[in-house]
Amino acid sequence: MSNIPADLRYTREHEWARREGDQVRVGITHFAQEQLGDVVFVELPKLGTRVTAHRTFGVVESVKAVSDLFAPISGEIVEHNTELGDAPQLVNQDPYGRGWMIVVTPSSPGDWDELLTAQQYEQFLAEAAH
Amino acid sequence: MRYLPTTDRERQQMLATIGAGGIEDLLVRLPAKARLDRPLAIGPAVAETDLVRELRAMAGKNADADSHVCFLGAGSYDHYVPSPINHLVLRGEFFTAYTPYQPEASQGTLRSIYEYQTMIAELTGMDVANASIYDGASSLAEAVLMSRVATGRAEVVLPGSLHPLYRRAVASYCQGMDLRLRDAAAPDGVVDPDAVRGLVTEATAAVVVQSPNFYGCLEDVAALSEIAHAAGALSIVVAAPVNLGVLEAPGRQGADIAVGEGQGLGVPMSFGGPNLGVFAATQALVRRMPGRLVGATVDLDGQRGFVLTLQAREQHIRRAKATSNICTNVALNALMATIYLAILGKQGLRKVGELSTAKAHYAAERLAAIPGVSLRFGAPFFKEFAVRLPKSPDQVVRKLLREKMLAGVPLGTFDRNLRDCLLVAVTETRTREEIDRFAAALEKAVA
Amino acid sequence: MMVKRAAYDRLIFELSSPGRIAHSLPECDVPTSDPRELLPDKQLRSSPAELPEVSELDVVRHYTRLSQLNYGVDTHFYPLGSCTMKYNPKLNEDTARLAGFARLHPLVPEAAAQGALQLMHELGAMLGEIAGMDAVSLQPAAGAQGELAGVLMIRAYHASRGERRTKVLIPDSAHGTNPASTAIAGYEVVEVKSDADGGVDLLDLERHLADDVAAFMITVPNTLGNFEPRIMEITALCRSKGVQVYMDGANLNAILGITRPGDLGFDVCHFNLHKTFTTPHGGGGPGAGPVGVKAHLEPFLPVPVVTKKGERYTLDWKRRASIGKLQAFWGNFAMLVRAYTYIKTMGADGLRRVSEDAVLNANYVMKRLERDYDLGAPGPCMHECVLSARRQKKLGVNAMDVAKRLLDLGFYAPSTYFPMIVEEALMIEPTETESKETLDAFCDAMIQIAREAETESKIAADAPITTPVRRLDQTKAAREPDLRWRPRD
Repeated sequence: MSNIPADLRYTREHEWARREGDQVRVGITHFAQEQLGDVVFVELPKLGTRVTAHRTFGVVESVKAVSDLFAPISGEIVEHNTELGDAPQLVNQDPYGRGWMIVVTPSSPGDWDELLTAQQYEQFLAEAAH
Repeated sequence: MRYLPTTDRERQQMLATIGAGGIEDLLVRLPAKARLDRPLAIGPAVAETDLVRELRAMAGKNADADSHVCFLGAGSYDHYVPSPINHLVLRGEFFTAYTPYQPEASQGTLRSIYEYQTMIAELTGMDVANASIYDGASSLAEAVLMSRVATGRAEVVLPGSLHPLYRRAVASYCQGMDLRLRDAAAPDGVVDPDAVRGLVTEATAAVVVQSPNFYGCLEDVAALSEIAHAAGALSIVVAAPVNLGVLEAPGRQGADIAVGEGQGLGVPMSFGGPNLGVFAATQALVRRMPGRLVGATVDLDGQRGFVLTLQAREQHIRRAKATSNICTNVALNALMATIYLAILGKQGLRKVGELSTAKAHYAAERLAAIPGVSLRFGAPFFKEFAVRLPKSPDQVVRKLLREKMLAGVPLGTFDRNLRDCLLVAVTETRTREEIDRFAAALEKAVA
Repeated sequence: MMVKRAAYDRLIFELSSPGRIAHSLPECDVPTSDPRELLPDKQLRSSPAELPEVSELDVVRHYTRLSQLNYGVDTHFYPLGSCTMKYNPKLNEDTARLAGFARLHPLVPEAAAQGALQLMHELGAMLGEIAGMDAVSLQPAAGAQGELAGVLMIRAYHASRGERRTKVLIPDSAHGTNPASTAIAGYEVVEVKSDADGGVDLLDLERHLADDVAAFMITVPNTLGNFEPRIMEITALCRSKGVQVYMDGANLNAILGITRPGDLGFDVCHFNLHKTFTTPHGGGGPGAGPVGVKAHLEPFLPVPVVTKKGERYTLDWKRRASIGKLQAFWGNFAMLVRAYTYIKTMGADGLRRVSEDAVLNANYVMKRLERDYDLGAPGPCMHECVLSARRQKKLGVNAMDVAKRLLDLGFYAPSTYFPMIVEEALMIEPTETESKETLDAFCDAMIQIAREAETESKIAADAPITTPVRRLDQTKAAREPDLRWRPRD
């Protein structure tokens, strides 16, 4: 079974979100990186870019596939993971840790509550598998 | 029947294995009303001897550069094609192979493309070159589309000295896009930097410059690149690699993308195609590049090998979101160019450029000495130049054709203001004797 | 036990020896030869291009050795689906190299290119007849450029009628170029579902056919190798909604002389001369992708159009509604000479036989393999069949493993993982130029692989072992792009 930390929230497009004080850190799930295979490139927006919930904010490329990244919440990007430039494999090796992608200052607090809980995401994956 | 090995007896055996009574049983999904109920009206099969005779007769009606002395250029040039090229590209392992998607069975193609990418990157002074695009014009169109994606801006400045057929192709490629083309005047045969400066804004994705340009004149590429960069736009330089043994590399003149026609590198003129679209860029743009890229890697045993790489850029993975729709490249022509550059080498390519420019300048001097004939533009030129004639260029061309000379391209077809001008190209393959004969014939024709 | 011989592993740069020369250029015979006297300093190259310095024999041997690292149709059976890897006749190579064609400049006066223009005019007419189209442009350099031209003509047509349509419908089984070309032409791409046979899901199509749809783009026979039995109803339905129908001609090899896109109700179709009409693939090109249209789209053809006025052939530029140009000149002419040579060699009866034998061969292969592999769709198929390695995958041998194992057994690989709607797809297109013996040998190899999967799956997973290199590290290639050679320090 896929690794789904209980303390995170999730999207149906397989991003995770973690609350860190006033900010939210975002990455892709263990399941997503497994589906993509070896990640070779991650394209992230500049600092200060405004992202919108459910809209794309970047692209992740593997050897044989490419996938849009969807923002879990609306807000402004205050950090992005520069380490992924030289080491995209971190997304595969440590998707919930060093493979994080962006940190957002949320602009609409209601977004958080619309995200899936770990349990809901697990259920979503189970349903999708059938 | 020719090229069809299956005999009637084998056909019956195969149908029996399938469990079909006849070929009709295999076509059951084609409704009767969809079927063609007559033979195609394309005539019967023609035997090889008859067909060769027919095609020789057709070919014989054309004024080719073997039977005529060729001073035509404008995007296709009569450069020297060393003999080994044809012998090597006719090896079936090269010309009957597919796109190298199965790298273990395609190392020959992949290695030659890696060599090609290296040579083009070296010649253009850019970081990376792709495995080729159709021709110079479509390469430029792809560069323009790429500049829009890379900058998120929607205007491109084109020089008035750009090959008019390239401009047309760019406009055609962009017509469905939200992209505006702005034309900068080139009144004296080179683009006016002030005109470019006046058109560059925060909305400019790229500034294009071609050098030598359509008229054969050399542009101040570095200055135009600076204008582009000052506004945060990209510099796209159109340059033919065959000239880059002598001329400065676009990469050292500020180019972000260098494109151009590679036909001069050992590819036959073939009435304009297939040509060789050269495409190179800086490292920063590599993930936006259109077309195939070959990269080095290792196999399971750690042995060096080559693969198509960064494929996530391409249409077969990214589909509607791809940078470009290109799939087919011109690998075999890229191979011709690779073999050409290997044969010419470091010294030979420079010599091709030196001979071309020397002979072109000699020809320009000879022609300009004819009463009533003058050079149209004052700017420095490379191997091609425009002359003003006292008589209709079309007429002059017709007269010289009778002398078995292809005199040049009448410019009136492209620009009414230049309807008294002829564009003349001289490569290393022309001799002094041919140039003198050309000058004498032209003098007679305009007298 | 197969013993792998050491493969050739040199690059031309690694053969370089300073001062070595392979070229033969004349001495300068005009007075001033030094470019420094003719050109401004800043225009001159500031440091020389580091090209290899090698002898002619170095070059010839190197590229001959490189060629031997390839599989080509001349050396191996190439069952590559959707690519039509048929035999490329040698005669075509001779005719394309006639000096009157190969050494002809594109801007010679029209009067001096009558033979070339005649060939183009006649080829256009023959392709038009083969496809049931009223007019043909030979200009597109490849299938994808033909698609772009076709979609741009559709766009211009709607615009000329004052209609604003913004979407193009494309089945999910389509080649990737279809959506990519459509997007460049400025359209929003809407995917429509395929049914289990790769056919059009009519309900889904009807749902999508609104008045903002410009075109429906579809491959016939479809990418599962099947002919769509309701195709005429589909084109009629589209037409009734003002939607133009585009046929991707990638699979034209199945229907020559049997049925015609124009008669099926299509408005546009492109041809891949490097698939159907034997121009060589060249390791990835050049190809040629002429595009045929019905009369209502003719005004929008790319310029110039080759026309015949009396006995003279001419390039017609005066076409105000044209979509413009796709490449600098008139098309990949040398490929047109090859296709012309081929069509004349085969004639009407020959072309029909081409398609019949292509269909026969594909069905024969499908029949021989149906016990050992799952079928992508039930037969009979047209010129290609899609198998699935899903059964083998459960045993640890996926479609890619089957493909790689075939390389060891002396065959090129089928297309894998396409169409995307079939799990573990193996798409096989034998073509008509392969003999029964070759097909049998190939089927035997496929069956052997299926048996090996059951007993020793490691064989396929480790394959290939007889090729010049074994499986390559694609991840390393993409993570650390090494796209050009550099001298070792």
